[in-house]
Amino acid sequence: MATARKTKTPGADHKGASGVDLLTYYREMLLMRRFEERAGQMYGMGLIGGFCHLYIGQEAVVVGLEHAIEPTDYVITSYRDHAHMLARGMDPKGVMAELTGRAGGYSKGKGGSMHMFSTEKRFFGGHGIVGAQVPLGAGLAFAAKYRDQGAVCLTYFGEGASNQGQVYESFNMASLWKLPVVFVIENNQYAMGTSITRAKAGTELHQRGEAFGIPGVIADGMDVIAIRAAGDEVVGHARSGKGPILLEARTYRYRGHSMSDPAKYRTKEEVTKMRAERDPIEQVRARIVEGGHADDAALKEIDREVKVIVAEAAEFAQQSPEPDPAKLLTDVLADA
Amino acid sequence: MPIKILMPQLSPTMTEGNLAKWLKQEGDAVSAGDIIAEIETDKATMEVEAVDEGKLGRIVVPAGTEGVAVNTVIALLLEEGEDAGALAATQAAPTPKAAPAPAGAGGGRVAASPLARRMAERAGLDLGALRGSGPGGRIVKADIDAALAGGAPVRAAAAVVAPAEAKAAPPPPPAPPSGARYEDMPLSTMRKIIARRLVEAKQTVPHFYLTIDCAIDRLLALRKDLNGRSDAYKLTVNDFVVRAVALALRKVPDANATWVETAIRKWASVDVAVAVALDGGLITPVVRDADHKGLAAISAEVKALAERARAGKLMPEEYTGGSFSISNLGMYGIPQFDAIINPPQAGILAVGAGEPRPVVKDGALAIATVMTCTLSCDHRIVDGALGAQFLQAFKGFVEDPLTTLL
Amino acid sequence: MPVQTVREALRDAMAEEMRRDPAVFLMGEEVGQYQGAYKVSQGLLDEFGDRRVIDTPITEHGFGGLGVGAAMAGLRPVVEFMTFNFAMQAIDHIINSAAKTRYMSGGQLGCPIVFRGPNGAASRVGAQHSQCYASWYGHVPGLKVVAPFSAPDAKGLLKTAIRDPNPIIFLENEILYGRSFEVPEGEHLVPIGQARVARAGKDVTIAGFSIAVGYALEAAEMLAGEGIEAEVIDLRSIRPMDADAIAASVARTHRLVTVEEGWPFAGIGAEIAALVVERCFDELDAPVARVHGVDIPLPYAANLEKLALPDAARVAAAAKAVCYRS
Repeated sequence: MATARKTKTPGADHKGASGVDLLTYYREMLLMRRFEERAGQMYGMGLIGGFCHLYIGQEAVVVGLEHAIEPTDYVITSYRDHAHMLARGMDPKGVMAELTGRAGGYSKGKGGSMHMFSTEKRFFGGHGIVGAQVPLGAGLAFAAKYRDQGAVCLTYFGEGASNQGQVYESFNMASLWKLPVVFVIENNQYAMGTSITRAKAGTELHQRGEAFGIPGVIADGMDVIAIRAAGDEVVGHARSGKGPILLEARTYRYRGHSMSDPAKYRTKEEVTKMRAERDPIEQVRARIVEGGHADDAALKEIDREVKVIVAEAAEFAQQSPEPDPAKLLTDVLADA
Repeated sequence: MPIKILMPQLSPTMTEGNLAKWLKQEGDAVSAGDIIAEIETDKATMEVEAVDEGKLGRIVVPAGTEGVAVNTVIALLLEEGEDAGALAATQAAPTPKAAPAPAGAGGGRVAASPLARRMAERAGLDLGALRGSGPGGRIVKADIDAALAGGAPVRAAAAVVAPAEAKAAPPPPPAPPSGARYEDMPLSTMRKIIARRLVEAKQTVPHFYLTIDCAIDRLLALRKDLNGRSDAYKLTVNDFVVRAVALALRKVPDANATWVETAIRKWASVDVAVAVALDGGLITPVVRDADHKGLAAISAEVKALAERARAGKLMPEEYTGGSFSISNLGMYGIPQFDAIINPPQAGILAVGAGEPRPVVKDGALAIATVMTCTLSCDHRIVDGALGAQFLQAFKGFVEDPLTTLL
Repeated sequence: MPVQTVREALRDAMAEEMRRDPAVFLMGEEVGQYQGAYKVSQGLLDEFGDRRVIDTPITEHGFGGLGVGAAMAGLRPVVEFMTFNFAMQAIDHIINSAAKTRYMSGGQLGCPIVFRGPNGAASRVGAQHSQCYASWYGHVPGLKVVAPFSAPDAKGLLKTAIRDPNPIIFLENEILYGRSFEVPEGEHLVPIGQARVARAGKDVTIAGFSIAVGYALEAAEMLAGEGIEAEVIDLRSIRPMDADAIAASVARTHRLVTVEEGWPFAGIGAEIAALVVERCFDELDAPVARVHGVDIPLPYAANLEKLALPDAARVAAAAKAVCYRS
């Protein structure tokens, strides 16, 4: 994104967040929201196929944490990955063009929604198998430690993945070898259609590393400032050589698990209430207005800018050609 | 009813032919005496004349089809007033077929390995005429090798897939006398080829025979001497015979020839074929340039060729050509016999067993080891005197084997 | 040439590559202090220390994935599975994370990793510990799969594998670890994807890999006594398969027998048979014959186990059958 990515560390009471920081958060989260809304729209138009998992409602988590790390740190996540890429500073055009399966996409149209990467931005995907990114993230952290780079790896996964065995295998090794990894559980309450209480023996997910000696932190995943503060804590821990740490961000997704999910497993009221009372973007907007950091016109100008970025991305994603059929067989193996 | 034009029998021995060319196309008017097609037999290209007149309604066997059995319907002729509709009725009643192709796994398809198929196509062999030795009667490489070894007729053009009707079908064996117990042994390809070629030889080659006795005591002594000198070779009497034949052909070059209908072809090199018995047949691998090879070389080559022949591994170039053959049954104690010429060669020498016999030497009876050899000559090439000169030369080399060194 | 066991050749390959490239490291169960469950990593901990020779917990899914992650970040992990049977726990990472990522990323993100360990039956270790995975991994685009027989090939292929930018499945064989071969001195690299004519012959081709090459060579010796000259092809690589070498050999011999320890269904022999039909159908004088493990979980009882695995006699019998000799 065009804006400066690094914000100052706020106090836990939010008082430390400057107006500039708040506007940055606002702008970034809004971009994600508009981007995902447009993706949903394009999916409905048949321009995007297959699986498409939207991040709407959870924006505070990835924005808050991104501001707690460096561009040289590693990020890896699951299939709900569009916002993570935008947060890393990847080009919305490339992301959207991958959603439409075009040559201009980050994976040249060969990956799709769930499989995008940018080695330049140290974003390692984009993984479609629930929980698989967790040992991969531990491996990225292993490499960082092996090379003594001082880098950490943010390894995101959902609360659904937190039941996977390989998550605990990763906890064990990460703790044993003091790997600089932050395990981030984005707890959006629903593992596809199964609510957390129906699938978890013990819902305090931040405690799930305790047996491995991994400290756990819980944070409000709807509040970007709270996440930012928690991010400084957990990233600091991991970077200091103390080994892994676990952050549970309690958040909420407004949309279904994927575009094909009508979300009948929860009430409309629940979603409406969450949107009305806890929306991460509205919370920041309110603080901006409250603190007099920007007037309505300035915020409208941000809205307009974001709209343009998304419109351009959507346009690019439709104009970019489909991959050349000659590329069908390329990129399977690298030349030895 | 349309008139059936049948594959004609163009020679007494012809059982099948290749439909080389159609000179009339479907729809063409045909008058009696018109030449409508050309047929190739293994000897010549012959023309087929129409006996009836009408319009060529349908060509049943397309040009290029090989191995079309005599009396197969090759075309239908519409008589005046008939239209194409009449053809359908004829189609519905196909010419009765004798037996299915022998190598078929059923359904008319010939089972052959891909390699055998390709080899047959290259060599111009009709798979339908072969019998497969593989599982389920599959024709395999060994069968093709055997067919080629036996001198199966090679077609002029590359094979095309012949319609099933055109597959050569042997006539059923004659019905047995009632009550007699018997078993019909199916004919191998080699057997069929031997049968055909030797009948052909005996019927078409004017044979005459010259017999000569050769004393081989000196030969045997020399052989013993030579064999005692090295373990690298083990010379047989036949090796001496091969060398002697080769040198005799060089000395009497008019006998080193073959009949080519329009000429007598005299060969520049001396290539001697040696008959090798196989299970169920025989084959005649050729020792090339035998007159330029020493005894050890001849011995080794004959041995190797015979082994390869028995293993079914001879290449076609190893058993084709040669102007002269040797057949030796001495090892079976046969004192004398007459052999049939292997066409188109000029002669074959039938070699009997060397055995002690009373001979008159310097006016007194003595015992000598004598080997009787009988030369079969193709009189078209070799007259009596020429044959005798050859045998004389041969006898000289055998009786005084040191002269083969000269 | 000095004589080495396959075990020593593998160890030397890893040691040489670790000396050459600091990004290369070895991880797996018992590779360090224990010196390797099969002693393949003997001495490596002493030379390279525990930063580069890493004992893992018994957690294949986890360290399989961790290794892939490290490779994505540019390291060159050699991940040892105590046996490939245990790699089934990690197969999601091998296939979904390692093999597919380059393609899914449009060529951006590679995974230079070697998964190695003993594959196939050992001796009376029962069904769960006795399986050949050649066709499993051979099935997957994005992987290279090698399965050497001899010590020089084990060494040369492992060194090549470690340098390769792609994920490699390196299938070893416990029974072969102790077999000795001459191994060239100095730098010795063997290209992946090239078969080797282990014995020349003209009557029938016998193609196998890993321990089956031994059966094939033994069978060729038996066949020679009966006048059949068998050509033995040591495939060495399963993927990419050296189709040219197989086709060239079949063009010489016209007959083919495949040998593998694995099961027949969709096995390597089936793949080769299809390949030969596609590449050189017209050269065949007989249907391709497959010699393979019997289509059952491997039994424990000594006699039953013997019956279930290929051996030289079965290979020789198959070769005679395709030569139409009984």
